[in-house]
Amino acid sequence: MEYFVQQLVNGLTLGSIYGLIAIGYTMVYGIIGMINFAHGDIFMLGGFAALITFLVLTSVFVGLPVVLLLLVMMVAAMLTASLWNWTIEKMAYRPLRGSFRLAPLITAIGMSIALSNFIQVTQGPRNKPIPPLVSSVYNVFGIAISLKQIIIMLLTAILLTTFWYIVNKTALGRAQRATEQDRKMAALLGIDVDRTISVTFVMGASLAAVAGTMYLMYYGVTVFTDGFIPGVKAFTAAVLGGIGSLPGAVLGGMLIGLIESLWSAYFTIDYKDVATFSILAIVLIFKPSGILGRPEVEKV
Amino acid sequence: MSNISHSPESAGGNLTARALREGIFAGIVALGLFVLFVGLETTQNIRNELVLNQRWGLLAIFVAVAAVGRFLTVAYIRPWMDARKAAAKAPAEADESFFKRNFSKIAIVALLIYPPLMVMLFGVQGSLKWVDNFGIQILIYVMLAWGLNIVVGLAGLLDLGYVAFYAVGAYSYALLSQYFGLSFWILLPLAGILAAFWGMILGFPVLRLKGDYLAIVTLAFGEIIRLVLINWTEVTRGTFGVSGIPKASVFGIWSFDVSAPNNFAKAFSLPMSSAYYKIFLFYLILALALLTAYVTIRLRRMPIGRAWEALREDEIACRSLGINTVTTKLTAFSIGAMFGGFAGSFFAVRQGFVSPESFVFLESAIILAIVVLGGMGSLVGIAVAAVVMVGGTELLREMTFLKAIFGPDFTPELYRMLIFGLAMVIVMVWKPRGFVGSREPTAFLKERKAVSGSFTKEGHG
Repeated sequence: MEYFVQQLVNGLTLGSIYGLIAIGYTMVYGIIGMINFAHGDIFMLGGFAALITFLVLTSVFVGLPVVLLLLVMMVAAMLTASLWNWTIEKMAYRPLRGSFRLAPLITAIGMSIALSNFIQVTQGPRNKPIPPLVSSVYNVFGIAISLKQIIIMLLTAILLTTFWYIVNKTALGRAQRATEQDRKMAALLGIDVDRTISVTFVMGASLAAVAGTMYLMYYGVTVFTDGFIPGVKAFTAAVLGGIGSLPGAVLGGMLIGLIESLWSAYFTIDYKDVATFSILAIVLIFKPSGILGRPEVEKV
Repeated sequence: MSNISHSPESAGGNLTARALREGIFAGIVALGLFVLFVGLETTQNIRNELVLNQRWGLLAIFVAVAAVGRFLTVAYIRPWMDARKAAAKAPAEADESFFKRNFSKIAIVALLIYPPLMVMLFGVQGSLKWVDNFGIQILIYVMLAWGLNIVVGLAGLLDLGYVAFYAVGAYSYALLSQYFGLSFWILLPLAGILAAFWGMILGFPVLRLKGDYLAIVTLAFGEIIRLVLINWTEVTRGTFGVSGIPKASVFGIWSFDVSAPNNFAKAFSLPMSSAYYKIFLFYLILALALLTAYVTIRLRRMPIGRAWEALREDEIACRSLGINTVTTKLTAFSIGAMFGGFAGSFFAVRQGFVSPESFVFLESAIILAIVVLGGMGSLVGIAVAAVVMVGGTELLREMTFLKAIFGPDFTPELYRMLIFGLAMVIVMVWKPRGFVGSREPTAFLKERKAVSGSFTKEGHG
């Protein structure tokens, strides 16, 4: 039982990270109906920005408190990743808006290849390890919960509440939802559609950057190829939860995280990704638009 | 016209000021983008700790390029492009040139004489690189893209895991020839059938899915196949891959094994060289690719091909006209997969070695990119896209003269995929409808006319 709960905690931590990335996918998909394949690499970019900021901070200010260190890393990563996603949207996706559906998908795949290779070229292909930032572990009823896990889950909860508030209660969120439903009508009603879409990309990127920072803190290592697998898993999470739905993305992320850690714990670790993808296929057979997704009604 | 064409002289000062402003802005953005990644480099020191290297000079170059580039674009290039576009509005290309009309015939003849030409130009040994790296490599992608075109271009079903069928074909040949000693000519059709069978297996669960749900499940399917190949070590030998795959023979008449009595070079008393095998493989993949094209062209005129295109245009209308969408989708998946399987077994025979490394998602993405960049559904466009994208990146390996410019440490190899990714973006933004923007309909009223590619839909699936 304790083992099970332990795996549950591990799975939820991993799921939090996937959930944070998945929100970026689902928001972009919701608003312009495009799979942003480069999002996984934005996550990786965020991780690298955090890593480099960490190295700068530790070499310039020795003995900075860890809280401050993490906070600055996170903010730097958020700013950098947001700027990248903003630029990418402007250069690679906006010219193709209104073009056919596959065109932005191809530029997104191209951007994803370019981003990971850009990091490989500028930062080198090797693994980048950092010393552990937070190492305390608490023992709660026989279950070891590390401070890292608590930080990740707490941060995810805070960010989710904030984003839920932004999307559902503010003018910006209203503009986003309006653009999502009917872009032309939203524009007619005076919403700056281009700006709203840009903001969506920036929001998605900053969440991915937080996820990247957390990933770096949790595993203590990053490498230029790190964008792909978590990216695909997060996208799977977004689809599993019902793409376009914010709670769905988080739910999907948690589910994927749980499946992964429980499968690795009770069966073989080799086939954990096979299990994840198979469960995705099975869920979609019975619920073709995801768990919380609204079924698409086609009007003729 | 006169009232809308403001002269550049009067707007000149205004334009320059705007260009300057935008240039500075671009510079600031570039500074933000690159300050961490280009300005600083993380390297390991002797104690294996990460340390930072400072590269402010390089960062300055990046920022300057962005700022100046933006300034020039706004101030000069864009007005010039607009002027050219306005001038080109006049009716152009009344008659297509002879070359354009007979492009595919000329291309096929050129491909047929390509290997002998290379042998003549570079000698038997020197032709190896040109036939193998450029010829065979590009033709494999042409064939794969033509195969995927059936699924994506004709039936309008977005498949992000096409490489799975390529893998099934390659491993079918590799494993069956290793364990059962069967020859290439038996296994080639068998690999196709097996891949088609896997195409059906993928097809069933995704029948109800649409659009991006379909995309992610196909992607997942591709990953599942790859992960099984990695982890099922007893059969596939995992990441080590299967090596020592036997070579193909010319229908069993001549062999390319050095020790065999009916060796090709011995039979014709030629000097020993691996170039003959490569030339044979070149013609083999050419034949396979042309078979794919031929089947695609013929199928488009048959009820099943028409059903695919109808499915792409409008699934509901298609269903209400009594077309069975289940069989239509399944045949599209399985026939597309079959050609992937053929290409896979060819790949195995060419490399003599297969490992899961060759079947990553990137390959699927490249194939899909070729299909879309070529203008979905257009065979000639896809071939052109394959030549540009694959040939272009292969060419980068050859650019040793760049070493003279950027110093001896410069390896163009490293930048290959970076440039490939950026090229995908640039070509797509420049030509969203692909290289060939017109389609030849198979059903027409009285007169056959090419229509613009923007009239064809891309499907919902």
